[in-house]
Amino acid sequence: MWAAILVAAVGCYALKWAGLSLPARMLARPVVARVADLIPVALLAALVAVQVWSAGTSLTVDARTAGLAFAVAALLLRAPFLVVVVGAAATAALLRLLI
Amino acid sequence: MPDAPLPSEQRRTIVGESLAVGVATGAYGISFGAVGVAAGLSVLQTCALSLLVFTGASQFALVGVVAAGGAPISGAMAAILLGTRNTLYGLRMAPLLAFHGWRRAAAAHVLLDESTAMAVNRETRPAARLGFLTTGIAVFVLWNLATLGGALAGTTIGDPRTYGLDAAVGAAFLALLWPRLSDRRSRVVAVVAAGVALGLVPLTAAGVPVLAAGGVALLAGVLSRPKATA
Repeated sequence: MWAAILVAAVGCYALKWAGLSLPARMLARPVVARVADLIPVALLAALVAVQVWSAGTSLTVDARTAGLAFAVAALLLRAPFLVVVVGAAATAALLRLLI
Repeated sequence: MPDAPLPSEQRRTIVGESLAVGVATGAYGISFGAVGVAAGLSVLQTCALSLLVFTGASQFALVGVVAAGGAPISGAMAAILLGTRNTLYGLRMAPLLAFHGWRRAAAAHVLLDESTAMAVNRETRPAARLGFLTTGIAVFVLWNLATLGGALAGTTIGDPRTYGLDAAVGAAFLALLWPRLSDRRSRVVAVVAAGVALGLVPLTAAGVPVLAAGGVALLAGVLSRPKATA
């Protein structure tokens, strides 16, 4: 576990430092710019899906889905980040309490 | 980029806005602390992530993979892949901040979604630097204190699902994703990536589905045609 923490720390810091140090023309290559733009989109979408609908190696729909539904509604209403996150947690917790 | 010193009124506004963002983001560190401990990390390991990795989405990705039973190192890979967006922020911020040497090395650690957002639209270099550093440092201090608090609380509150903390993580990722879904290509990539990841959940070790989604971005970026507006 500690090795993974150090790898992540060194890797994430190097990426930040590289951004401040690389020549800006790196991004001028359209393919680089497109891939760089899309990587966070793909990863975050995958993280949402896996976080909400997986349990170990199986897929499942439970109270987390209700939490995500709240988050979607809150985001559509332009609620602040904290409202989205706390509201989603409260929705899931409430549902588990009731069922 | 003008270098003129800031009027004190503008200085107060920037500091106020930056601190508000720092408090809101920092508060969210409580849930990271609790989730980290729930994933099986020690309090010390959870705090080390906030101190050393210090980029929220990457930290959540790492503990998310570990919580799902994945190898810690594939969690680290997911964290690093997500960290690539900070490189983009850096490329954007470098000419605005114009830091060199040790200042750049220190500024890199607080290069985040929030510090970039609070600096990128400033009109002068002192304003950009003030927004960037105040936000970065405020988030750093509060995020780490909140992580410690959350981790300590997490060891005593029992099952974090009772409080819906598992649902909070998905919601947080969605909130980070949301502003990036403004064009059609991003929305398509998001749906395909989520689909690929879910399809791989029953077939592969935890952590692999998320990494495979990175491949979707790579393919889409290489294959798709340049945007007319790009």
